[in-house]
Order: sequence, then C-alpha cells, then structure tokens
Amino acid sequence: MQKGPDPAPLLDVRGLAKSFGALRALQDVDFTLRAGEIHALLGENGAGKSTLIKVVTGVFARDAGIVRLDGAEIAPRSAKAALDCGIATVYQEVNLLPNLSVAQNLFLGRQPTRLGVVRQAEMRRRATALLQEFGLHIDVAAPLGNYSVAVQHVTAIARAVDLSARVLILDEPTASLDRHEVEILFRVMRQLALRGIGIVFVSHFLDQVYEISDRITVLRNGRLIGERETASLPRIELIRMMLGRELAETTGERVAAPAHGAGEACVSFEGYGKAGTIAPFDLTLHHGEVVGLAGLLGSGRTETARLVFGAERADSGEVKVEGRAARLHSPRDAVAYGFGYCPEERKTDGIIADLTVRENIVLALQARRGLHRPLSRGEQDEIAKRFIELLDIRPPDPERPIGLLSGGNQQKVLLARWLATSPRLLVLDEPTRGIDVGAHAEIIRLIREFCDKGLALLVISSELDEIVTYSDRVVVLRDRVHVEQLQGDAIDVTNILAAIAADGAARGAAS
Amino acid sequence: MMARLPRHGLAQILALVMILAVDRMVSPQFFDLRMQDGRLFGSVIDVLNRGAPVVLLSLGMVLVIATRGIDLSVGAVMAIAGAIAASLADSHSLPLVLAAALGTGLICGLWNGFLVAVLGIQPIIATLILMVAGRGIAQLITEGRIVTFTSPDLGWFGAGAILGFPAPVVIAAGMLGLTVAVVRGSALGLLIEATGGNARASELAGVGTRLMILAVYAWCGLCAALAGIISAADIMGADANNAGLWLELDAILAVVIGGTSLFGGRFSLLLAVVGALIIQAMNTGILLSGYPPELNLLVKAVVVLAVLLLQSPRLAGLAGLAARLRGARLRLKGAKA
Repeated sequence: MQKGPDPAPLLDVRGLAKSFGALRALQDVDFTLRAGEIHALLGENGAGKSTLIKVVTGVFARDAGIVRLDGAEIAPRSAKAALDCGIATVYQEVNLLPNLSVAQNLFLGRQPTRLGVVRQAEMRRRATALLQEFGLHIDVAAPLGNYSVAVQHVTAIARAVDLSARVLILDEPTASLDRHEVEILFRVMRQLALRGIGIVFVSHFLDQVYEISDRITVLRNGRLIGERETASLPRIELIRMMLGRELAETTGERVAAPAHGAGEACVSFEGYGKAGTIAPFDLTLHHGEVVGLAGLLGSGRTETARLVFGAERADSGEVKVEGRAARLHSPRDAVAYGFGYCPEERKTDGIIADLTVRENIVLALQARRGLHRPLSRGEQDEIAKRFIELLDIRPPDPERPIGLLSGGNQQKVLLARWLATSPRLLVLDEPTRGIDVGAHAEIIRLIREFCDKGLALLVISSELDEIVTYSDRVVVLRDRVHVEQLQGDAIDVTNILAAIAADGAARGAAS
Repeated sequence: MMARLPRHGLAQILALVMILAVDRMVSPQFFDLRMQDGRLFGSVIDVLNRGAPVVLLSLGMVLVIATRGIDLSVGAVMAIAGAIAASLADSHSLPLVLAAALGTGLICGLWNGFLVAVLGIQPIIATLILMVAGRGIAQLITEGRIVTFTSPDLGWFGAGAILGFPAPVVIAAGMLGLTVAVVRGSALGLLIEATGGNARASELAGVGTRLMILAVYAWCGLCAALAGIISAADIMGADANNAGLWLELDAILAVVIGGTSLFGGRFSLLLAVVGALIIQAMNTGILLSGYPPELNLLVKAVVVLAVLLLQSPRLAGLAGLAARLRGARLRLKGAKA
C-alpha cells in the first residue's frame, strides 16, 4: 500500500531484547510499522511474537532497545499506559465483558453522563454510530455475549480505535472465525488502514496473511529473520524463513542410522482420525525408530500426538500395539500400554508445579502401578536419584518443587517421568521449545540414546534441521492431513519445505 | 514447599499453644484433670470432646480441598446421618444403625463426587445442592420433630469412654489414624496432591483424576456421617434443624488454618486437625471466661486472621498490594485531571 521512499515510520522498534532467566526470548529485534499499512508478524510458537507485542505494549519490561512512536521515544509500563500512547491490542480471547451490552462495552469507564447519571440513550446513539462506521448494524443494547466472535472482535477493535489508537495490534484475531466473519474483519482492517492507522496482524494462516498484509516480518527463536514486501515474497521462501535455518547455519549432521528402520512394528494406526480435528492417517512406529512430525503451526501435529496418546478419542480407525488390537480411550489406557507423552505446554499440561522433582518423576509410574501398590519412599528416592544423575537434572535436589527449575530441567524431569515407566512409545511435542542452547543439544542427544535402547519415538518439532538430525522417518502434515512420508536420504530440509509449501503454492495460484 | 512444611506447621502449633495459654489465664483450672466413673473430665478433655465432630469433618474436608474442591454439604449430611441413627436406634441393632447412617453418608459423598467429577459441576455449587436439600431430607426423616432415643448402645458414641478418654475423642483419633494410614500408606496422597495441583497434567500422566475426586467426596461424606452419629449420640436425639448447622464453615476454616490452600495441591491431615482444635480451644476458652458467647465469633475472626498472616510466606505481598492500590488511585486522579 505504501510505496516510494521510506516514509517516516509510525512505530519504530530498534534492538529490542528480553530474557526470562536463561532463556533469551528476544535478541536485537527491529520492527517497523508505517502509518496506514497492515503488517503481518509471523513465526512459529516460541518465535517471540507474543513477547515482542507484550514488550511494546508495556506488559513486560524490556532489557534493551528503543521503541519510538511518531519519532518520540516511549516506554509504557502497562497495557493501559500503552493505550494512552495510542497503541491498542486486541487479543484472540476478546477481553470484554460478555454480560454487558455492546454499548456499555464500548464506553466502559467513559460513559457520557449528566449530573453523574449515565445517559443511556446518548450512549446507545453514539455506540450505534460508531459501529456503523465499521459496517455493523446491530442492536447495541443487547449483551455482547449474544453476538458472534467476529462481532465481539469488531467491537473490541472499535473500542480500541475510538480510544484514539494509532497503532492497532491484532493477535490471532481470525483463529476462531469462519470465512464470512474473516471477511467482515478484513473489511474493517482495510478501512482503518485507509484512515492512517498502522495495524500489526499476527496469524498463522498464511493464506490470510497473503490476502491482507502489505509487509511481513518474520521472527524465529527470538531473532529477527527478515522484513519483506508481501507481494514479492514467494510462499516457500516465507516458510523457509519461518522454519528452516540458513543453509550455512545448518550444523545438524544426520545421526540417524539407516539400519534402524528394520525394527519390529511397535504401534500401528490404520485410518486413525477424528472428524474436525485430523483426517484419518496410517502410521506405524517401529522399535528403535524416531519418527518426526513436521508441519506449520495448526497443521495437525499436536492433534496427531494427542490422538496417539488417547488424550483425544478417535472416531475412526484402528490401533494395534505389538500386533494386537488395542483401545486408546484415555491417557490412562495409553499409559497402561506403555505410552508416554511430553506435551508442548509444559507448564499447564506437564509439570505439577507445587510438587517436588521426586514426586513429578514417580507420578506416571505410580499412576500405572495403581493405588494399592505404592512406591515406598525408598524406591521413590532411588528412582529420582537415578534419573537426576542420568539426565543431569539441576539442581540435583529431588525435594525441590519443580516449579522452581528452569525450563530445560523441567523438560528433563518430564522425560524422566516417562522413562521411569519403561515405555515402549514416547511422544514428544516440541521437546526443545523454550529451552536454552545447552539443554537443547542434550535433549537431542537423549532422544537418540533412548531410541538406541529400542524405544519408539514420535517427535514433533518446528525446528526442521532438528527433525532432520534425529528422525529415521519424517511425516509431513498440512491442513490437518498427513500428506507425505520422507525416508532415508530423502529427509532434508528442502524436501520437507517443498512438501509443506506444495499445496499452498497451488492454492495461491488458483485463487 | 516441602522444605517449608516444618516451619509451616510451627505457626499452627504456636497458635494452639498460645490459645491454650490464654485459656489457662482466664481459667486457672484449665489443665486440671480428674477421673470420674472411669472417664476423664477437665477443660482440656472438653476441648477434645467438643472438637471431635469438627475434627472428623476436617479430615474429609482437607482431602476435598486438596483436589481443589470444597464440600458445603457436610453439616447437612451430619443432620441426615444423625436423624437416621436416632430414628433407628431403639428398634434396630447397633451394627444396622451404624451401617444405615454411615452408608447414607457415603451415598451423599458419592453423589457430590458424581456431580463434580463426572458432570463437571463447580464444587461449591454441586455441594450447595445437598447443603440445602440435605436438611430437608433430615427433616423428612424426623418428620419435623426432635427424635429422641434411649438405646445405650448408640448413646455410648456420645458419653462412653475407652481408657478414660471420651468415645468421640477416641473415634476421632482413630479416624485420623485410619485416614493417615489409607492416604499416606497408599499412593492416594500423592495422586490427590497431583490432581489438585494440576488436574490436566495429572490426567495426561495417567492419573485417574475422576476416581480421585469421587473418592475424596465419598470419604468426606463418610466422615460427616460419623460426626453426625456422635452429635446425635451426645444429646441422645436428632434435631434436624440444628445438628451440624454451620459446621461446614468451621471445617473449612480448620483446613485453611491448617495451611492447606483452597487452590488445591499440598495438604496436611495433622495440621487440619490442629486447626480444628484451635477453633474449639477458642470456643471453650470464651465460654470459661464468662464473656458473652457472641464475642466468640469476633475473637475467632481475629485469631484466624492472625494465623493466616503468620503462615503467609510473603507478608510482603500485602505491602505490594497496598502500593498497587495507591498507584491505581494516583492513575485515576491523573485520568480525571
């Protein structure tokens, strides 16, 4: 939309850095937003998008860097302060009050009053006028919760813009919208851009990014990968920016031994799937084999893992464990068959923060043994000690609450939790996410080690060179379908990228 | 958390000692004991005896709260169990009376557990249903009257003694021992703490979280029924309107004083019992002091606040809150200006 000699940026971020403990969430990130443009901010989970937004809007304090708005340096210390500066954020989960009317939501905290009494009619009139600007003709006296998520989003945007916002940040606004609702939202976004408002659009729907954005900034692992004009950025190049490393950077030698493929079938799925979640897939995992799942965020990787572990119940297909038909209706079933699962969301789905390292380690084993066969304190101590040594968990104190450990060490405790059950299949969802570099390499080494002991592993990762490093086989997912399996020498970053992008390019040409 | 536990317990024990010391000041004979008809008497024994029902309730309540739940119905379940026991006492044998009363308590607990674990209703609402309905059920059983009985067998649960100790004290102590043995002797303790600490993660680790929740509510119902039997035996009758009235709040208070968080996770059975005794030591002390019993409620509130502050790991949190409030007020002013 904006062409010609670089106009003065509306929002200018330079050299931004932010660390959480040992984890460097943002390093030397630049970001430039011009007035009247729609700028897509892209990256996989953990790339630093959310951190960038939260630092710019003052939710987190920054460690280094400068943020300028219209050339003037700003340092908001809360989301409220950022809003006062003119930077408004609308999150995926709309943070309005569904039980209040649309009009009340729009004017909450600044209702028109006369002698201290809210002028309801005036407020409704102004609310109606405001929403009409956005092409919404609705009854503003009705509770916001009665309307669709799209209307709620537009209401949130209208409120933000009416609070004299000049920068509007939309964090995954389309995640829960259908096609028609997305149209409504995009129309509003274009309208606002014409008014000179700068819009930051965070999404993992690449089609939408190509449809609406003028420019794209890609982050990966907390670093700026690049800023491009959308029109001149081929889709495969974009995916490479998001997932792959520069070729020169690729240090990962394939360590997977080709001989591994010969192991016995451990678990096999046939036509396994769940409507609306993941299309039916065939997948066989052999003993001593690492299978990598590659694909973009939302392509069905985690859904596959949850189905395999029984956390979601399949509505089609069959599963065989060691050749015998099995039933996976709950994680308990899966644990009983000797499966283990390290989920991506370590904090909410993995650790039990209040409990000690020892208790977190023995939990799955104890659950599998049942209530009546408790592990004695001596056995627990022994198991905890063994795995703390084996995985080099630090600090090596079994009685420390796990919540106080670093991310990498929490991940190792979760690995220990499953290894203690002597599993036959281990599912790891983003095992290296949010972990510092040292622990990262160690976890990759451990993955290979477990595998050599005959364990079957199903590993999800957004780091393609990581997947290439340890996988004997790679399953590529796209739009909730298993689209391709790569084996042996065919496993390399280029082939994976091609498989991920193939359909997207075709669709891009078609539309 | 583990490392803090001994210090954690210190606050409660200190509070109990202090309250007993105050009791000794207002009533110099507080620690005197005498033997009469093979049973010990004295104010300290009184504290234990009167405190037995709340001790029993808190044994169940602490497990429920550890799973991040709450059980408001225990007072009503006491009334139901008491009503059943009193109505059957003079016409049926003791084992049958006990089985009927305890069995009903168990069913009440399972009902609560079903609502929470299977239907996923919020615990406070789920148990509110039985809190309200339970008293009605108890009144239906007693037909709206106070039912009295003469059976000495059931009466023993209120007035009997073993080795000089009143039966309620022995029963409560036995139940404490049994609960500790079951919960800490099996894997139940760990799995309950895991469920309360993070139900999603526990489920994914293969823990049968629903079963845990069902089990703790069932146990809570059982404990409440036992407390109801003791209360009925104590007065040789059942008063559906007043038996166990508001005792659910005392039980929750005892658990919280005992350092178990309402957000679930870590729990301590022993400290919950100490919490129950703290409450009863205060009640008895005020009765002995001759102050009007109305004062009881106020004093209770102050002591509870003191204990909670004592065990709070960050009194500093309060200072932080004050600063935030001040900041918010300043910002408000700024916005107006």
